[in-house]
Amino acid sequence: MTKPTVVVTGVAKSYGKVSAVKDVSFTLNEGETVALVGHNGAGKTTIVKLLLGLIRPSEGSVKVLGEDPAKGDFSVRQRLGYLPESVAFHMALTGRETLAFYARLKRVDSSRTPELLDRVGLAAEAADRPVRTYSKGMRQRLGLAQALLGRPRVLLLDEPTSGLDPSLRRRFYDLLDELRSTGTTILLSSHALTELEDRADRVLIVNQGVKIADGTLDNLRGLARLPTRISVKLAKGASVENWKAGGSVWSRARHDMVETEVAMEDKVSLLKTLTANPEDIAALHVMEPTLDDLYAHFLNTRKAAE
Amino acid sequence: MKNILIVARKEVREGLRNRWVLATTLLLAALALTLSFLGSAPTGNVGVNQLDIVIVSLSSLTIFLVPLIALLLSHDAIVGEMERGTMLLLLSYPIGRNQVILGKFLGHLAILAFATLFGYGAAAAALAATGTEIDSTSWASFVSMLGSSVLLGAVFIAIGYLVSARVRERSTAGGISIGIWLLFVLIYDMALLGALVAAGGHALPAGLLGALLLLNPTDAYRMLNLGSGEASALSGMGGIAGHTALNATILIAALCAWTIVPLGLAATTFSRREL
Repeated sequence: MTKPTVVVTGVAKSYGKVSAVKDVSFTLNEGETVALVGHNGAGKTTIVKLLLGLIRPSEGSVKVLGEDPAKGDFSVRQRLGYLPESVAFHMALTGRETLAFYARLKRVDSSRTPELLDRVGLAAEAADRPVRTYSKGMRQRLGLAQALLGRPRVLLLDEPTSGLDPSLRRRFYDLLDELRSTGTTILLSSHALTELEDRADRVLIVNQGVKIADGTLDNLRGLARLPTRISVKLAKGASVENWKAGGSVWSRARHDMVETEVAMEDKVSLLKTLTANPEDIAALHVMEPTLDDLYAHFLNTRKAAE
Repeated sequence: MKNILIVARKEVREGLRNRWVLATTLLLAALALTLSFLGSAPTGNVGVNQLDIVIVSLSSLTIFLVPLIALLLSHDAIVGEMERGTMLLLLSYPIGRNQVILGKFLGHLAILAFATLFGYGAAAAALAATGTEIDSTSWASFVSMLGSSVLLGAVFIAIGYLVSARVRERSTAGGISIGIWLLFVLIYDMALLGALVAAGGHALPAGLLGALLLLNPTDAYRMLNLGSGEASALSGMGGIAGHTALNATILIAALCAWTIVPLGLAATTFSRREL
């Protein structure tokens, strides 16, 4: 049985007359990786700030690890890790000093910091240089290192992979997998939807401060009923005529490539038809709707409903 | 308490790294040494204790310089960190906003105190080293001058925080700080002098004059250091000091109030501020 670590109920937050978040409710569980997806200004950052207790909700309640993060002596934050979007540090201090400073604030033994710097791939030589000399990627790594201080139970990451090169991205996601296996809840907000696709157990889509979708990727695919795209590279002399029997519409993408879209329930039977004569096919691609497609779909249905 | 010290320590370390500590200490030491050796040349040997002359010159220097240094250190403290984005991360840690302000205050005060003590101390040490005889009352006034200079610094650090907590942009904070500096260091006294002249010899009521002097922390500092003892005769402030009912306790209390009230206001403003 998974335990909920973050419970948000009916939360609204407005700045003066502008409402940033309206009636948002969700629960995050232990060991779950959740993607928080939305446009710029959709309310992602506001939600993260609410979870940290940096701002108080105008309505509703936020509970993180059973406590209100905005109340008391903020002790719950000792078990939270946060990486802000475009993280900034004190320019004059070195990476090592910066991490030691944050470690002291979290009451984490600073003997653990070299290991952390190593884990995020910040070389010892770089760690002793002032942060002002760092590249964007190096700052991001330092940002990750501070977020991982003290083995957090809940990790809130705002655009964590921006500025990281591909190999470091992989390393970062490996790190997240490791944390997830120890029961850490991870909330990732990102624009890089394709990246999140295999990593997120669940997706939360917000738009204009309202939660418009919440579920596993498969779940959302089922809800959205988006078609699967199948593209076939025809072998020499083959024709698409035989495949049109099921009512599927084929369009020609290039001279020997044809494409069609098929609903989820018809996918298998169409594939069966296609593969009846393997010699007609030079290459076959089946593309499930991506998170990008799902995101666009949910935004559009929302717009249409208004 | 521990959080406050952690933040203070970080501020001091940053100050050392930015060469703030070095620059202010050297500036104060250079000016203090210049004043104590060149400034005393015209007086010659007239039987006045040399350290008293130094106290008078350094007090006048402090009134211009210490508020300026304090405001330069502090005006950026909140709005600057917010603009750069470091405040967001700091506040996501288990630390309260009041602790952030108090920690910064302690750190900045330590930097200023270090610069004052060593900068001005250099002048006194140089005098003592060159074989000038200094009696104990002069030493006492010198130490009280050092202490009150740090207190004056504390006042302007607190005022700087209040400015920093209220404005939206760093440049605004800088502009307002310069305005505040001009107001307290130059304009206020000129206006007061103008009022005294305009009164045409009819002296202002003692209570009013005293209140007016307490309303400007630099005047309170001036009265504290130049209003009594040897220095009062040298600086010509003894006349005013005798006219008002201000004693050292009231003046120190006024300077403390000038620190605590802006600091408290800065803390409340900051705690209400949306991130």
